[in-house]
Amino acid sequence: MLELKNVSYDVEDIEGRVGILKDVSFTVEDDRFVVVTGPNGGGKSTIAKIIAGVVRPTGGQILMNGQDITELGITERAKLGISYAMQQPVRFKGIQVVDLLRIAAGRDMSVAESCDYLSRVGLCAREYIHREINASLSGGELKRIEIATVLARSSQISVFDEPEAGIDLWSFQSLIRVFEQMRETIRDSSILIISHQERILEIADEIIVVADGRITRHGPRQEILPELIGTPAAVGGCGRLAEGR
Amino acid sequence: MDAIQKRILAEVADLHAVPEGAYNIRANGVSAGRRSTANIEITPKPGGSGIEVRIRPGTVNESVHIPVVLSQSGFKETVYNDFHIGEGSDVTIVAGCGIHNCGNQDAQHDGIHRFYVGKNARVRYVEKHYGEGDGEGKRILNPGTEVYMEEGSAMEMEMVQIRGVDSTKRITTAELAAGARLSVKERLMTHQSQWAESVYKVNLNGEGSSADVVSRSVARDESYQMFDACLTGNVACHGHTECDSIIMDRGRILAMPKLEANSTDAELIHEAAIGKIAGEQLIKLMTLGLTEAQAEEQIINGFLK
Repeated sequence: MLELKNVSYDVEDIEGRVGILKDVSFTVEDDRFVVVTGPNGGGKSTIAKIIAGVVRPTGGQILMNGQDITELGITERAKLGISYAMQQPVRFKGIQVVDLLRIAAGRDMSVAESCDYLSRVGLCAREYIHREINASLSGGELKRIEIATVLARSSQISVFDEPEAGIDLWSFQSLIRVFEQMRETIRDSSILIISHQERILEIADEIIVVADGRITRHGPRQEILPELIGTPAAVGGCGRLAEGR
Repeated sequence: MDAIQKRILAEVADLHAVPEGAYNIRANGVSAGRRSTANIEITPKPGGSGIEVRIRPGTVNESVHIPVVLSQSGFKETVYNDFHIGEGSDVTIVAGCGIHNCGNQDAQHDGIHRFYVGKNARVRYVEKHYGEGDGEGKRILNPGTEVYMEEGSAMEMEMVQIRGVDSTKRITTAELAAGARLSVKERLMTHQSQWAESVYKVNLNGEGSSADVVSRSVARDESYQMFDACLTGNVACHGHTECDSIIMDRGRILAMPKLEANSTDAELIHEAAIGKIAGEQLIKLMTLGLTEAQAEEQIINGFLK
């Protein structure tokens, strides 16, 4: 269980102190699939970074299973079971996909096992396992590898920052299936996804709407989603593509 | 050979016992073992100044190991080794030099290697440098490599220097005839106040010849590196040189990829990049449970792989 209590995050800019997050509180219970949505620039990505420890809040507390982790660094949080898939996955010259999966799993994983994780994100393992994570990979391929590294970890909570960002529509359609599958196998861990995509919102247990640094709505999908349809917080698929689906 | 020499041998040539095939092991200026085979003949030059390696035309899938070990502080030598690689052969040559210096005098090995690569021959050449020992004496390696490639020949060179060499000046020159292909992969990491210079001069003289000179390096602590690669295209040819470096601590790097085209049909490209490890890369690996130091190590290991 992850809990944010009165979290705020301020930065200094030329106009003085600006609040990126203002008094944000919510709880992600185990076995829950939570989607955070809302307009761009509202502070959603900052929430993901604050959970992963990439950014330290200027106020408030973060608790994991009751333990205060506010002062813990990225590594310590990762060891406690927090996983974080970045909006813009990073490239590494010379590091192969199999190396990254082994680092993620924290052990010397067999090639067969790493193939299993790659297959789950729809990549042909034989083709990718020894590819370098460099500029030769497309945005969609990188996103899938990023998600595979999260799958390879045994996480208590997995945070995905806009998995749909920067990928083409075809790749996105199959990514949705990956998340649907994760929803089914979640068990005693939980998932928090930052997304505007209606199809991801449709598989959420709970939806949190963040705007201007604050939580404006939080509740079960059935209650929140109808209010969001037709707004930028829930972007539907292309109508014509949907017809041919 | 003593235990120290054997250990250095394992570092530079991955040799734990006498290698298969032809070999010449040089320890503190004298031969510690030599073997020729039916197709590969190794003969000493007069006065112990080096060896001649002659590989018969058509020799396929054979290897030559010629490691050098220095374990005596204050020992300095210049060695000239010549390789004559017969037409149509396909061989692997493993060189390498390791210095163990625990004294206060400098130990230095200057190895000049000349390769005469026959028509349509293929050579894979691996050269590894390594230094150790806690003495104040410097460990100095200055390799000079000259490559003369005949028509249709191919040479792949892997040059690795990852640890312990205080000062090195590498000069590599190559002359390529028609259809010859040269590929160089250099991997370099310098520490403390180490100094490494690497100079390449490649002349693409024959129609359809090609060269690819790629260096990846990491400069740590106060070390200094200089990379200077010049590809000259005199005819219709392809040339590519690339220098990609990670700079850390107070390290310094000067990269000078150079191209000279003396023909409108010469296609030459260079690339160079120097930068520190990206913060995002560290963050990504830390979110997978590595500490910052472990993340740094993984990034460097991958980069130099």
